[in-house]
Amino acid sequence: MIEIRDLTKRYGSFTALDHLNLSLEEGVVFGFVGANGAGKSTTFSILATLLSPTSGDALINGKSVVKEPKEVRKQIGYMPDFFGVYDQLKVDEYLDFYGASYGIQLAERQVLIPQLLELVNLTSKRYEYVDLLSRGMKQRLCLARALIHDPKVLILDEPASGLDPRARVEMRDILRNLKSMGKTILISSHILPELAEMCDEIGVIDNGKLIAHGNVAAIQAQLQGEKRIVLKVTDQLDAVRAFLEEDPHISSIDVIENRLELAFNYRGTDAEQVALLKKAMLTDLPIYALSEEEKDLEDVFMAITKGADNQ
Amino acid sequence: MMERFYNPVLVKELKLRFRSFKSFSGLMFYLAVLCIFIAGFLLLTTEFTGRGFFRPETSFMMFAVLTILQMALVLFITPSLTAGAISSEREKQTLNILLTTTQSSTQIVIGKLLSSVAFLVLMLVAGLPLYSLVFLFGGVSPSQLISIFLFYLVTVVAIGSIGVMFSTITKRTIVAMIATYGSIIFLGGITAFFFFLTMAFHQMGNAIGTGASFMTYFWASINPGALMLTLISPEMGDALAELSGVELPVWITYLIAYVFIIVLCLTIAIKKLRANMKSNR
Repeated sequence: MIEIRDLTKRYGSFTALDHLNLSLEEGVVFGFVGANGAGKSTTFSILATLLSPTSGDALINGKSVVKEPKEVRKQIGYMPDFFGVYDQLKVDEYLDFYGASYGIQLAERQVLIPQLLELVNLTSKRYEYVDLLSRGMKQRLCLARALIHDPKVLILDEPASGLDPRARVEMRDILRNLKSMGKTILISSHILPELAEMCDEIGVIDNGKLIAHGNVAAIQAQLQGEKRIVLKVTDQLDAVRAFLEEDPHISSIDVIENRLELAFNYRGTDAEQVALLKKAMLTDLPIYALSEEEKDLEDVFMAITKGADNQ
Repeated sequence: MMERFYNPVLVKELKLRFRSFKSFSGLMFYLAVLCIFIAGFLLLTTEFTGRGFFRPETSFMMFAVLTILQMALVLFITPSLTAGAISSEREKQTLNILLTTTQSSTQIVIGKLLSSVAFLVLMLVAGLPLYSLVFLFGGVSPSQLISIFLFYLVTVVAIGSIGVMFSTITKRTIVAMIATYGSIIFLGGITAFFFFLTMAFHQMGNAIGTGASFMTYFWASINPGALMLTLISPEMGDALAELSGVELPVWITYLIAYVFIIVLCLTIAIKKLRANMKSNR
């Protein structure tokens, strides 16, 4: 459905995108992770036919964004990270205007508008002025607008930015709904952990390069390498610490005295971890629980962005 | 058939324009200026007695001044309506969304221009009853009035195109506004200055024999004020022809020049609307 080939964008000497390659199947929900300025919005702008790449191309449903931008526009619904609305325009007029902009006939628009408002839970706001809506409602309205011409692909740049938790949950529910409708969805978001469960694939971009691409679990494994394990003890923190320090796979031991916990990084394989556990059980150390600290995408994101800052 | 000519941007703009209080206050301001002027003129010529009389020549005089005044008002108002056409969409962050729709650049630019022109036409039409007061007293032919209004339209579309062009190529409305007013100062003021300058040169040069006369004609013929004068009193045109030696009526040159401006500005605007795209489709 989406084929990005050697996409490069330079602004003078600054390279925003560096030979980006990406291929996505139809119906996939793709999450784009990366620090601010990593090239997410640039990629999305190129896919939305707002920006020409310096070199390379991207095909959406077989149509080139460089050679056939008008055809591409029929295939995509784009929601920018920042967008405004017209004052003095009512919700249904707003949708009607964009519907007409896509060449949809009046009779068809009149059928579509209530359906779309239903989809994004804005039916009750149909005759209200757009600029009086809350941020979350505007965001949902913008999503409805992006859907008006029934595009196959949705390109959503930070669709949940600036939303309160409730609005985020609503947005997520709508996106889940769209996924079930078989849309191919590209999302960039800094609240990706929340969206992780609905993303089939994740791409990590850093300095204009795609540094990882795959399903969520694979990316986590690829990017973190070592796990963080937490031990709970009833007593003898120092003895447990001394025991742990003997293992060559263990590093960065933290002792949390008030909770009687020890956390450490573990580099070994699963088999080596079994051996470690057996060994621990044979000692008299008062260990009563062991757990692996769940690293979610947020941690991955933090790790990547930290890496980017250090460069 | 209706759908074929349906321009979403035009319809949306008209809707927004007539919902804003600014448009009506603008219209009121415009009509108020015309009213004050006409009332003042009538009072002055009748010497504030209310019993004075009004000759056809005086009526013609009023017509002439009113025409120039209306032209000045149109020149003054058009940039404020058109210079924000594209840049205000950019400032309000609505332009990107508009550009990802399947509307062509031409459709968007023309829609923007037509909505502004439509409002200016409304202004001119709203002023017609005041204008027609001169018919009450005679001295002016209807065909003269029609040709003057047609040239208002040409001028409005040309200035509007300049405004839309600057609005497209500059990032900010204020810059586009200044540039458009600058163009008007050029067309209305600088050309007049050059006209007098070349005329003076010509008169001095008569002894030396320079051929500055064509330039004299050119500067006069692209000046909206000069055009209006020749439309009001054809003798002015004859005098200019005699002075410059160019027989071509001023309105023809004006029409050609302004149609050229319209085409050029709209082409640039259409080309530059999707400036970040190499191909403009």
